[in-house]
Amino acid sequence: MIGLHTLYLLAGAMFAAFALLSALDRSHPKRFGNAAFWGLMALSLLGGDAIGDLGNGLLVLGLAGLAGFGFIGRSNPATTTMAEREVSSEQLGNRLFLPALIIPVTALLGTLAYNYTLLGGTGWIEAKRETYVFLGLGVLLAIGAIFAWLRPPALAPLQEGRRLIDAIGWAAVLPQMLASLGVLFAAAGVGDAIGSLTRMVIPDGSIFLTVAVFGLGMAIFTMVMGNAFAAFPVMAAAIGVPLLIKQYGGDPAVVGAIGMLAGFCGTLMTPMAANFNLVPAALLELKDQYGVIRAQIATALPLLAINILLIYVAAFR
Amino acid sequence: MINYWPLIGIALVVAGFALKLNPMLVVTASAIVTGLIAGMGPVEVVETFGKAFNDNRIIAIVWIVLPVVGLLERFGLQQRAAAVIRSLRNATTGRLLILYLLYRQLTAAIGLHSTAGHPQTVRPLVAPMALAAAEKQHGELSEADAEEVKAFAAATDNVGLFFGEDIFFAIGSIVLIQQTLVTYGYNLAPLELALWAIPTAIAAFVIHSFRLMLLDRRLARNGR
Repeated sequence: MIGLHTLYLLAGAMFAAFALLSALDRSHPKRFGNAAFWGLMALSLLGGDAIGDLGNGLLVLGLAGLAGFGFIGRSNPATTTMAEREVSSEQLGNRLFLPALIIPVTALLGTLAYNYTLLGGTGWIEAKRETYVFLGLGVLLAIGAIFAWLRPPALAPLQEGRRLIDAIGWAAVLPQMLASLGVLFAAAGVGDAIGSLTRMVIPDGSIFLTVAVFGLGMAIFTMVMGNAFAAFPVMAAAIGVPLLIKQYGGDPAVVGAIGMLAGFCGTLMTPMAANFNLVPAALLELKDQYGVIRAQIATALPLLAINILLIYVAAFR
Repeated sequence: MINYWPLIGIALVVAGFALKLNPMLVVTASAIVTGLIAGMGPVEVVETFGKAFNDNRIIAIVWIVLPVVGLLERFGLQQRAAAVIRSLRNATTGRLLILYLLYRQLTAAIGLHSTAGHPQTVRPLVAPMALAAAEKQHGELSEADAEEVKAFAAATDNVGLFFGEDIFFAIGSIVLIQQTLVTYGYNLAPLELALWAIPTAIAAFVIHSFRLMLLDRRLARNGR
């Protein structure tokens, strides 16, 4: 069966190649730091299940140390100049979009075909992971198509990939670190503490203020944890179920669904949601690492207010 | 009696981010402190952190698109995306991003949320197109304007994803809501929850589109 492990092998092999090419890059002032950093990522993806919990823990400490103390940096593998790209763009014309569309189209059609035709009947892909598998397939097809058409140098995909991953740097690993931090927060009882703090500020008897604290609590706790998934069970246990649903008779579907969306407004406003907010800032080479968050706040706040009103109006019809 | 000491871990993260210390170190320090406060031994903390990291490797898979994105950049894809926008007479940054917002919400609503994203679509296509449209409206962009346009391209992807995906009933967050409420004896159909995501989705589209139109006006006013 094809599933996540196949994709870990693919991604692991790619990071291993990034590590090797970094080590061989004499023009790179921090080449061994980068080689170690991407080498550890390769080890995690290829051998994470074999090195034990302590091994993985030391691996993470290694990643944090290399990134935190400035041992990694940008690279400049050989690529085309801006002028060459303009010329190439003119010559190739809009056909250049075709290979770019291979990945999304493969993921899209593959997912649809797998779920709605006989293709998926035999269950040859790990359940719920078909989009990832078709994403991986799309990557391989796109590389194949580009080689057949444009004949780049053999190492070009890996060197170009390394150029981009080095531009992103540690931000590429941070989302996984934050998810792991969330596990420790949960183990330490952070959720219970936040829930009990929230209950302290609730005024008695006002449905609207209780709804407002619930919505704000979802958003703020999501900002702290970087993830509405972590906030929802806590806020549901503290306010949503005992007060809004049980005491005031609110519709559980509304409280649940829109409560979660109030949390998503928080996701738009926090650096803790690194993969949505910090990674794109690195990927688009913004000067301000909080630039994406700044662009989102004025959408998130009015939307949060609307979510609170929606719960108040729709749950207590 | 509720134990409030674990909140020190959160305080560390907030302080670290506010001081713009390296987030990798901030997160690691907070994880270790939080684990120790929770009564774990030092080795157990490292083990728990490592196991969680290994369990979350799925997050790293998306980077396999980088070699393709890089190859296409090598052959001038960003320049091509910009050229197409320049050839459209009525294209503006705001209109383009509103269209992308709609596309992102609709595809996410039918479960195709992983087919677009920051590495797959924003960096190679959406951001260069938005920049080209802005230059058409405005002439040469100042660095601050270019930063803002790129930031809005990324923001539009996030807004479209977050407030589209919950309309799809088989997504993780819907399952989580359902599972959480079941433990209290409320057994809801996923479809019932997904339906209640629609009003917020519409509100998100209206609010963010309005802001994109304001962005257009700002670009036009500052320009030629």
